[in-house]
Amino acid sequence: MENFYLEETSKTPKLSFDQRTGKFLMSGRSIPENSIEFYRPLFEWLDDYVKIPSDKTIFDIKLEYFNTSSSKCLVEIFRRLERITSNGVVINWFYEEDDEDMQESGEDFKEIIDIPIIMNVIEN
Amino acid sequence: MVTSEQHQLLNQLDIQSYYQKMQSSNILMSYKGAASNDLLTSILAIAQSKLAELENKSVVKKRVFTILVEIIQNIYHHFAEVEVDNLHEDDSIAFLLSKIDDTYVIITGNYVALSDIAALKSRIDEVNAMNAEQLKEKYRETLNTGSVSPKGGAGLGIIDIARRSGSKLEYTFKEYSTKYSFFSLTVKISAL
Repeated sequence: MENFYLEETSKTPKLSFDQRTGKFLMSGRSIPENSIEFYRPLFEWLDDYVKIPSDKTIFDIKLEYFNTSSSKCLVEIFRRLERITSNGVVINWFYEEDDEDMQESGEDFKEIIDIPIIMNVIEN
Repeated sequence: MVTSEQHQLLNQLDIQSYYQKMQSSNILMSYKGAASNDLLTSILAIAQSKLAELENKSVVKKRVFTILVEIIQNIYHHFAEVEVDNLHEDDSIAFLLSKIDDTYVIITGNYVALSDIAALKSRIDEVNAMNAEQLKEKYRETLNTGSVSPKGGAGLGIIDIARRSGSKLEYTFKEYSTKYSFFSLTVKISAL
């Protein structure tokens, strides 16, 4: 199984998902008009990954901002990771010190997702 | 052939007074035209650089921009394909970004089919009736359970706009024809 990698653009984030090490990264902006279309290949990759996951999956999310359809896609991604039952999945949610909106977004996911989400402050 | 009425209008077009008007109402940016994907992307890029120039607070900058993205994409997904009688595609949307004292004001205008008005009204009235805590709950509930439409809408847009802006959404409908109304939405965001 190959790793999943996409460079960031002005509207879409960098996606770097390493199958062997279980190190996942999403960073930048996520404001595509059609988020489902953008994230579909990643959904499919994750469907395969969760069948043969790495012992540890560490997912770092460092988003500057995102639209609501992307937040729906994030839920879709997390739902897939919830299927990994080994307790080896951790999500690191990064936000800038004074960015209460991004902090709040992390709290939103924390509330509805059944995976540990660790809040990480990036100090300015 | 220019009619006398058009001739009169042309004489009234005065860039000096137009500029004055924009200055005095603190308009940072305005647009009237088509609602194609490329154009909307350009509008957002310009708005972003305006905000980068003007706003020192990173959280406010991001908040205004995120709300703007949501509003513009909402129009693009739901209303860009409206075929309005006698109108050219260049008449599709109008948009204003202004800053009055410590408040950013985003105003958009677009055509809405008369048959869609009731649903749109009730969605806005519903979020306007909620306080911050209720909006948060509603957002989380919709994020958790709502399904995504083929166009990518998740039913979250208006809730998100209301929640982030922290102010009531203002709107008007002005009847344009037997089928369409011109809908305007005003969103205010405190810069403090």
